[in-house]
Amino acid sequence: MNRFSAFIIKEFRHLLRDFRTVIIIFGIPVIQLILFGYVINTDLKNVRIAILDLSHDEISTALTNKLLSSGYFKLDNEIQSESQIEPLFRKGKIKEVVVFEKDFGKNFLRTSNANLQIITDASDPNTASLLENYTQNIVLDFVKKSSEPNASLPITVEHRMFYNENLSSANMFVPGTIALILMLISALMTSVSITREKENRTMEVLLVSPLRPIQIILGKVIPYLLLAFIDALVIVGVGYFVFGVPVRGSVVLLFSICLLFILLALSIGITISTIARTQQVAMLISLAGLMLPTILLSGFIFPIENMPKILQWVSVLMPPRWFLLALKDVMLKGVGITYIWKEILIMLIMLATFIMISVKKFKIRLE
Amino acid sequence: MKTIIYIVQKEFLQISRNKFLSRAIILIPIIQMLVLVYAATFEMKNIKICFVDQDKSTSSVSLIEKFSASPFFKIEGLTDNIEEAKEKIARNEADVVCLIPPKFSHDLTTLKSANIQILLNSINASTAQLSLGYCNAVIMSFSGEIIPHQVMVGNIPPSIAVRTRHWYNPDLNYKIYMAPGILVILVTVIGWLMAGMNLVSEKETGTIEQLNVTPIKKYEFILGKLIPFLIIGLIDLAFGMAIAHFLFKMPIEGSLLTLFVFAAIYLVAVLGIGLLISTVSNTQQQVLFVSFFFVMVFILMSGLFTAVENMPGWGQKLDLINPAAYFIRVIRMVLLKGSGFADISKELISISVYAVIINALAIWRYRKTV
Amino acid sequence: MSDPETIIHVKDLVKKFGNFVANDHLSFDVYKGEIFGFLGANGAGKTTAIKILCGLSSPSSGIVNVAGFDAYKHTEDIKRNIGYMSQKFSLYDDLTITENIRFFAGIYGISRKVIKSRTGELLEQFGLTDQRNTLISALPLGWKQKLAFSVAVFHKPKIVFLDEPTSGVDPITRRQFWELIYDAASKGITVFVTTHYMDEAEYCNRVTIMHEGRIAALDTPQRLKEQYKVSNIYDLFLQIVR
Repeated sequence: MNRFSAFIIKEFRHLLRDFRTVIIIFGIPVIQLILFGYVINTDLKNVRIAILDLSHDEISTALTNKLLSSGYFKLDNEIQSESQIEPLFRKGKIKEVVVFEKDFGKNFLRTSNANLQIITDASDPNTASLLENYTQNIVLDFVKKSSEPNASLPITVEHRMFYNENLSSANMFVPGTIALILMLISALMTSVSITREKENRTMEVLLVSPLRPIQIILGKVIPYLLLAFIDALVIVGVGYFVFGVPVRGSVVLLFSICLLFILLALSIGITISTIARTQQVAMLISLAGLMLPTILLSGFIFPIENMPKILQWVSVLMPPRWFLLALKDVMLKGVGITYIWKEILIMLIMLATFIMISVKKFKIRLE
Repeated sequence: MKTIIYIVQKEFLQISRNKFLSRAIILIPIIQMLVLVYAATFEMKNIKICFVDQDKSTSSVSLIEKFSASPFFKIEGLTDNIEEAKEKIARNEADVVCLIPPKFSHDLTTLKSANIQILLNSINASTAQLSLGYCNAVIMSFSGEIIPHQVMVGNIPPSIAVRTRHWYNPDLNYKIYMAPGILVILVTVIGWLMAGMNLVSEKETGTIEQLNVTPIKKYEFILGKLIPFLIIGLIDLAFGMAIAHFLFKMPIEGSLLTLFVFAAIYLVAVLGIGLLISTVSNTQQQVLFVSFFFVMVFILMSGLFTAVENMPGWGQKLDLINPAAYFIRVIRMVLLKGSGFADISKELISISVYAVIINALAIWRYRKTV
Repeated sequence: MSDPETIIHVKDLVKKFGNFVANDHLSFDVYKGEIFGFLGANGAGKTTAIKILCGLSSPSSGIVNVAGFDAYKHTEDIKRNIGYMSQKFSLYDDLTITENIRFFAGIYGISRKVIKSRTGELLEQFGLTDQRNTLISALPLGWKQKLAFSVAVFHKPKIVFLDEPTSGVDPITRRQFWELIYDAASKGITVFVTTHYMDEAEYCNRVTIMHEGRIAALDTPQRLKEQYKVSNIYDLFLQIVR
């Protein structure tokens, strides 16, 4: 047992001595949380627009003021003709133009049919869509407020946002960051570390020593396990205290799921190290085969339901996808294990598979 | 000067003989264009919606049918029990629940405002908002069909007919928006990561010593590392653009010359950053981690997924030193809107200054004598 | 006989890495055209010293002049006049013989025409003319080392520095290697070589024995053997380090 603990301590020292890497390991989640929490914002506010008012009457001016005081829009320019639109769009200065036709006010009051045009720069289709929506809602509200008391709009819609009343994007990104970091530490770093021993031939030295192979693997893996776990704690903590991301479900369940995922990622890391001959290859397999799909196909940023079928199938094979589902359900919905048994089962199956693969490959290597 | 040619020659020979690298140069654009563009989408389809119809009238059925006809929604259930519907959200079987109360059609016909409640799983705030927007659009369209009935009863409310024209991307095709951005990622990864790892691997194997002992000048060495990856980056950009153009009909409205001039300067800048990082690192792992970190931050803040204008003031100031932000702006402007040299002059100057400073730093930092 | 011209002048060279003194007040001169050997066990400070002389590393203190240039301020001038070959690396494995020569010779400013003709001569001399397009990685170590030496003196430098050039090579190839060294010396190139093979000391004009960062002995092999009353350099070394 003494040999084993000495080995683990040596591995820890090794890890901590590469100061740069350790800083990055804690730096990445913090920076990512800051970015996602404060910087990346899918809300639209103060979007620069132009107004083309061919009417200049009370009604058009009133509606213009309503648009500009909504908080969504900011006036960049009042233009006089449509020909001015193209250059403004080209320069990327504005995202939308609202056009009031001639005699807008008269048409509005007399014939009940005033025409308003929204011209969007739809090179960013989402923004264009949202801007169209916002504009239409404001117009609708204007109409509603200026109509006589007897007339009213047919349907009013009330909505409630579940689990994330503030529409805080942190609720998506904090769990995603956890998945990313755990994958980074448990899979990428572990695989590179083990492969480095192979490359430097020190692995042979270890195999000849009295340490049993299982002890060698465990010894390599335990420091990263601890590191990953601490990192997860930190991220959940920062998420809670700084961004208000709740932990509505059982904390024990939450960290058990994290532990399960860490073990799964570790087993993948070990499997990669049995395949890769050099560090460069281990790094590239981990990056291209794990990290990138984690970011793209796990539902972290992009909803899986909107992807083409093929990619949805690939996503099924990605462990982080299941981890994220379980994690978000526990953190944000506060559900218990009965709701996430499917995800946990899948992760357990993957864990068992990867352990079997790496044990088999390791045995082959020894022979 | 001639030395640079010799170095570039050697680099190209080595790259072509590096099986791994030469395969990566071809595969990376293909994979990025195919997988990334298809995956990185916020286009909404198949929003799972469950209806709680407590009215069960012709009106409520018409409304439901309108949702069913919409390409954005997929009806996941119809019940009159609201608890059951809420449970569906909890189980991720539905994203949206639409509650039609019992007096729905009554209110419609008696000209009172009829109420509808929409419940959304807003864990993903952006998709929730988009979903809400689409719900509102369907409902508004449904309202529009009702107004003629009301007209017959005698009340003509003033109204505004709104027509929308979406320029440059009338189909609201998300791929067209993302493809240029993905091209930027492509070029950045190839330039930055590959060049940086290449230099530091010379340090690791010790071949750099043999170079340091020759009269080779520092700037010759750095330029010699820069030029091959600059050329490869531009070729891969062209390759990626071809794939995007023929596969998803990404438009090429503007001048290719404008784009490639900017791309070349951009590449010089990011290659410079990669080289700078390797002059201060000793192992490939270090370069990889540090680069990965910066690339990630730069790309996230570049306006690839979310508009730069939405970022807080300090974020936008930070973007001044984010080369990716410049390129994302420019590539979208040139490809989708046909912007020309004059339109991007500000960005062009900024990125040129950036490129010069970064590479000067890299040359200064590189030590032939330790 | 006129005084031999000094081509390397070192006085009280000190190189410290933190608190560790790798070179402790070394003083020696190397004369033009001689084969000067630096002997010593691993860790004695040989590689540190040679790197300073090549301009790869800066001295902590002391006077160091190589080929008439100061090793603090004029390292680039030094590099123009020297050649170098180390045990760790010399030629690019993934380039052919011709490509390696063209690259390194090109950096030293040799014209294309001259490179072409000299390469042809070199290949003929080694009998490798039909291997001109073979990758270095495909050649056995002995050939690699000999070729590396030839590349190091291709541009006819004033001094060539060799850091443990014959490590890991069989005795026959070592002999052939030293023949190349003699050939270079006879053409006026000063050869500065470090090694831990004691018998190679006999091949040098003068030899220095390094021990724990200091020069323990410096003279011709013959005079050293007389002085210490031993019959070979190995016994001499044992005496010194005891």
